[in-house]
Amino acid sequence: MTLLELEDLTASYGPVQVLDGVSLSVPDNGAVGILGANGAGKTTTLRAISGTVRTGGRIVFDGRDIRGLRPDQVAALGIAHVPEGRGTLGDLTVRDNLRVGAYLRRDRKGIAEDIDFCLELFPNLADRITSNASALSGGEQQMLAVARAIMSKPRLLLLDEASLGLAPSTAKNVYDAIRHLRLTLGIAMVVVEQNANLAFTLVDSATVLETGRSVLTGTSAELKGMDEIRRAYLGG
Amino acid sequence: MGTFVQLVVDGLSAGSVYAAIALAIVLVHSATGLINFAQGGMAVLSVYIAWWLTTRGVPLIVALLVSIVFSIAFGALVERYLMRRFERGDPDTAVVVTIGLLTLITGVAGWLWTYNNQQFPSLFSLDTVSFLGVSVSQRSLGTTAVIIVVMAALQGLFLGTKLGLALRAVANNPESAAFSGLPVGRLLMVGWGLAAALGAVAGALVAPQLTLTPGMLDNALVYALAAVILGGLTSPVGVVVAAWLIGVLENLAAVYVPFIGYDLKVAVPFILIFVVLLVRPQGLFGRKTVVRV
Ligand SMILES: Nc1ncnc2c1ncn2[C@@H]1O[C@H](COP(=O)(O)OP(=O)(O)OP(=O)(O)O)[C@@H](O)[C@H]1O
Ligand SMILES: [Mg+2]
Repeated sequence: MTLLELEDLTASYGPVQVLDGVSLSVPDNGAVGILGANGAGKTTTLRAISGTVRTGGRIVFDGRDIRGLRPDQVAALGIAHVPEGRGTLGDLTVRDNLRVGAYLRRDRKGIAEDIDFCLELFPNLADRITSNASALSGGEQQMLAVARAIMSKPRLLLLDEASLGLAPSTAKNVYDAIRHLRLTLGIAMVVVEQNANLAFTLVDSATVLETGRSVLTGTSAELKGMDEIRRAYLGG
Repeated sequence: MGTFVQLVVDGLSAGSVYAAIALAIVLVHSATGLINFAQGGMAVLSVYIAWWLTTRGVPLIVALLVSIVFSIAFGALVERYLMRRFERGDPDTAVVVTIGLLTLITGVAGWLWTYNNQQFPSLFSLDTVSFLGVSVSQRSLGTTAVIIVVMAALQGLFLGTKLGLALRAVANNPESAAFSGLPVGRLLMVGWGLAAALGAVAGALVAPQLTLTPGMLDNALVYALAAVILGGLTSPVGVVVAAWLIGVLENLAAVYVPFIGYDLKVAVPFILIFVVLLVRPQGLFGRKTVVRV
């Protein structure tokens, strides 16, 4: 079954159209990558899904066209967006960030259990639970951003450059945790990642964007086998 | 000694009114990052509503409750239909819009109810209670007590409730808050509504003493802004303490510092701001933060 389907998606910031026909299909429990040069429209594609940019075309989630919904309505359907630059709430403590993540939930006990779950997954956060998020290191903030998204119990996670600015070992830790989430909780994912080697440890398939357009789609194995992909994204 | 205590208690009572308006400003600022210069004007409008109801024979307490409900709705509508257009844009523009709103409200109130002073009935009597040889009016005590309760309730709301958590999240980063499903627009309306209600309480407390005019809270707004800067924009408790400090020092200086007197006492908070900000640029209690005004 398909969980998310983008059909001929377009998007514009004011008069400037930056997406011009993006197509993407995410199966239940699947993880799909988006590759592309800087400015290709990867972030904008995620923003289109979460309702923070004006769009055309179709965005079908769980059988329903969600194009035009407000971001909070999209979130309520079970789509969690971890934005580029992390979007942690810097003036709030780590615990309050996690509680904000669970805003739409009513099950107090489940929320408390899930906070413990997140702290087990990211032990660094457990030590900083009462610190303001702005006082965390970049890696810890990225972990917090992912943990906050998980607190909403999403069916689909939108992940934008989770490795940005992290030391390679920290980036690997973060991706290991995300892969663990995918396997244990069955959360479907759309993964934007500059580091394609890292992306391919997580996704089953990927689409390549060029100036706002899908130009190539394939399974991870197929893409890794292509010369132009190796040259452009895998460093040789 | 008797005069001194009397001056301090009256100062606390005046300071409490500045405190309530200052708290309203902090509330709006923490929800939207803006300083609302119309906060006092909006409060005066709701005091006029209460006053108009009392002239129609409605009991004071009922009139006050109705005016508070009116303020909540009015604050929410101002956010939704006026400020919403400017919130994402240049903050300077939004601030100018609030100044325009103040002018508009003052003009409308003057047109509807004239610029003449109207007597406004008091919730608390002017009778005095004596302790330790000092007599203090019930009005001063009552005003101060109401503000302490309101301050505690606000602290509780922000730190102890889910609504408070949501308001803080939206204030911090509206777009990111929406990704967690927070209805940002509705929460901003709630923030403005609560702030307007606070202003209405302040207006009703001070109106019997100042008598009601469209510009009744113009001075209080200046003192409230001084308290906001002194106390630090991020700290409700700090703002209240600063407002009390201003009220008390202003009263004492008028009497004990010969060249200040009643004419110059309006300068007191600004001397205080100058001195405090030299030493602590983030205010007495505030955390370091970038102020957008
Ligand atoms: N807020 C905005 N207003 C106007 N144009 C924008 C805005 N955000 C992005 N753009 C433009 O849209 C295009 C796509 O940007 P987008 O952020 O989606 O790229 P990206 O693939 O995520 O790039 P990167 O790898 O650098 O993050 C770019 O040309 C960019 O300049
Ligand atoms: Mg990007």
